[in-house]
Amino acid sequence: MARMKFICDAERCIECNGCVTACKNEHEVPWGVNRRRVVTINDGVPGERSMSVACMHCSDAPCMAVCPVDCFYRTDEGVVLHDKDLCIGCGYCFYACPFGAPQFPQAGAFGLRGKMDKCTFCAGGPEANSSEEEFRKYGRNRLAEGKLPLCAEVCSTKALLGGDADVLADIYRQRVLTRGKGAEIWGWSTAYGKPDAPAAAPAPSAGGKS
Amino acid sequence: MKPLIATACVIALAAGLAGCGEKSQVVVYKQGQYQGKADGKPWDNEAFSGDKGNWETAIKARNQSQNEYRRING
Repeated sequence: MARMKFICDAERCIECNGCVTACKNEHEVPWGVNRRRVVTINDGVPGERSMSVACMHCSDAPCMAVCPVDCFYRTDEGVVLHDKDLCIGCGYCFYACPFGAPQFPQAGAFGLRGKMDKCTFCAGGPEANSSEEEFRKYGRNRLAEGKLPLCAEVCSTKALLGGDADVLADIYRQRVLTRGKGAEIWGWSTAYGKPDAPAAAPAPSAGGKS
Repeated sequence: MKPLIATACVIALAAGLAGCGEKSQVVVYKQGQYQGKADGKPWDNEAFSGDKGNWETAIKARNQSQNEYRRING
């Protein structure tokens, strides 16, 4: 088994936030903690792009490198997980992560940080598989059920793919070869015609004034 | 007497120069070891009864449901 990875196709993401909602619901993530979120660049401007972001389960994870209590580990499937019983909530991992994946629940009235929480690739944590304790600390363990992360499985446009990196690469490659690239994909040329072949003039409507 | 003084001077000079020595201050980073509890394998449960191959097959089949070309055409 190769490494488990996420890939988000920015050409397909429609910023519906279905992945975010599915994640929060599946793992009963507390208020204020977002294991996954959708980032939009040039929001409202033609050509805007959205992308679903969570822990990318890095092969050389900076969070693992900076953790002072070494509470991170990587499974054989390449999923980066952590032990909440060991986490001291220092926040080093948050500063180290280039994706802003580590989240900290507000545990008190004075902005006290709780233990870090992040995307688990729906793989739970270091507790007995599918146990009550695992769900309470890390959320549901879908991998142990032979399923993949819900955010990817629920994605309506299949912009977000999650699973075995080799399989994802094959799916994405087939997609790009089928749809083309740039303006060939869809949208502009389909709606307005290609630059060298302007869109056909609208047919005169019967009974119209002009 | 003179050789003794000369020797003492050489030793004092060497000792003095030793203070000017510089040790490498580059820290060699060493990755720490995981200190938490051990985690089980995703196939160690009733559904897969410890059969890794069975689990991998299930995951790969599940992965293909994200390929709409195969899902629709196949």
